[in-house]
Amino acid sequence: MTGSRAAGLTLAWRFAAFRSEGFPLLPTLILLTLALVAIFANAIAPYNPEVGVLGERFRPPAWQAGGSAEHVLGTDHLGRDVLSRLIFGARVSMVVGFTAVIVAGLLGTVLGILSGYLGGWVDQVIMRITDTWLALPALTFAIFLAAIVGPSEMNIVIILAAVYWTRYARVIRGEVLSLKERDFVRLAIVAGCAKRTIMRRHILPNVLNSAIVLATLMLGVVIVTEASLSFLGVGVPPPKPAWGLMLADGKKGLMAGYWWLTVLPGCCIVLMVLAANLLGDWLRVKLDPQLRQL
Amino acid sequence: MTAPILEARDLTKHFPVKRGLLGRGAGVVRAVDGVSFAIEPGRTLGVVGESGCGKTTTAKLVLHLEAPTSGAIRFEGRDFQAFDADALRAYRRSVQAVFQDPYASLNPRMRVGSIIAEPLVTNESLPAGAARTRVARLLEVVGLPARAADLFPHEFSGGQRQRIAIARALALEPKLVVLDEPVSALDVSIRAQILNLLRDLQSRLGLSYLFIAHDLAAVAHMSHTIAVMYLGKIVEIGPAETVAASPRHPYTQALFSAALPSHPDEKRDEVVVTGEVPSPLAPPSGCRFHPRCPHAMARCSTEEPALGPEARRLVACHLYTGVRVSVGAAAR
Repeated sequence: MTGSRAAGLTLAWRFAAFRSEGFPLLPTLILLTLALVAIFANAIAPYNPEVGVLGERFRPPAWQAGGSAEHVLGTDHLGRDVLSRLIFGARVSMVVGFTAVIVAGLLGTVLGILSGYLGGWVDQVIMRITDTWLALPALTFAIFLAAIVGPSEMNIVIILAAVYWTRYARVIRGEVLSLKERDFVRLAIVAGCAKRTIMRRHILPNVLNSAIVLATLMLGVVIVTEASLSFLGVGVPPPKPAWGLMLADGKKGLMAGYWWLTVLPGCCIVLMVLAANLLGDWLRVKLDPQLRQL
Repeated sequence: MTAPILEARDLTKHFPVKRGLLGRGAGVVRAVDGVSFAIEPGRTLGVVGESGCGKTTTAKLVLHLEAPTSGAIRFEGRDFQAFDADALRAYRRSVQAVFQDPYASLNPRMRVGSIIAEPLVTNESLPAGAARTRVARLLEVVGLPARAADLFPHEFSGGQRQRIAIARALALEPKLVVLDEPVSALDVSIRAQILNLLRDLQSRLGLSYLFIAHDLAAVAHMSHTIAVMYLGKIVEIGPAETVAASPRHPYTQALFSAALPSHPDEKRDEVVVTGEVPSPLAPPSGCRFHPRCPHAMARCSTEEPALGPEARRLVACHLYTGVRVSVGAAAR
């Protein structure tokens, strides 16, 4: 009984600690909402995002003169409903963003652990590749890769992972270098554990925190890069509704007063990236000191 | 005398130091410099010395975590250098360790049960149930409740953590346990408990210990043989009672006089050592202790004293080599 009460107390205490240290409620809510919107896009969106009615081109948002409740956020140059496209665009950003961050994270973490723990020539090879990679400007490199493999959602994920794995590899390697001098790793050697076992059982669980923090911070970067690639025409191919693509399509209408075609997807990108960064920042502060103390 | 379980001969470990872009001014840290000792089955060799004297490096060499620069270690008569994969596996099974910091020596992400069982499941193929019973028995041996197995290390105090570390070290029923400052990080009130636990386990399980500490009282209490190290060398080695009761090397004398007496009224000759431990990068010529030695003579700075027998122990000091050297000179 005392046990359960103590557990309850710790939980309450943890919750209090969460709140007192400025748990970013708003960013979490924004990300959660966007995730839900992405998941249930089919049910929420009022229209098919890829099919427009040419007779209803350039309808302004409902609150503006000439707007109607039929298209709450207006329509674009092909008469497609902007709200529906934004909703499905959230799905593209979420899917591409999360998959790319996870793929890059897996690749970078594994290589970082191998590099840091094994050392020697393995370390040299992996780190020299990482150095070369980091020296290339990320966006240019991504455009270059996209030009080679051609645009598709799958390819974007691969490109983003290929560009950003180095960030993980660097950070994780540093973490591993300090971990492998720790006594519990030495004792694992004394106990006769194989290198593979030590990396899996002792190193990996202890770098996971850093990898998660990094992933959250990278989410914003990856989403912006995806939008930039789509904007430049080497990202998600039309008519798929990606926010970056909507920006590109709408930019010609900006001078003609069709502001909703660019401002609205722009706001969506800013909101999502900001939310991801704020959450990541909080996680970093929250998890880092603990990690060093452990 | 029985055959030693572990024997080190002329053990040397130098760490190269690189300085500058082109490696100019590169030197070596002589962490361990020609150290020899033997540990007999069921006995304890205590190693004392200030920090930086090479105690921990010696432990790492014995644990096969570092390769010696030169010299040999023999375990049950077999040289480390002749170890193949099988022999190394057998060695890993017979030698375990407990380290100084109980906060660093337990993986924070593993449950205590898995921590203790790790050497077992790594070296023996056990059914899951058997490992659990073994863990429960080990926890009982070190005086912890069986339910500790399901908790994480951060839920324990330092003393309890050290007990967990000891339980883990005992899991494979090793022949030799390297104890590298096992009580230094603990509260004084806990120290005696842990030391008595270790002694108790030794007499019950017939373990051999390599006990490393800077705490003289602890070493004297635990050991059958004491080795005193200074700057990578053994300056005095002998039976614990003789060394502790009447230290001969000036450094040992200083160490013992610096330790608190067991009784406040106890009167002792105070031997005061001045200065700092010199850098092991550039150890002093001759006897390494001579710049700080109250009895330093002219020859101490030029001639390095060898370990020689003196009053039922080995001492490396010119105070006691005079006779031997003059006898040698007369014979020539």
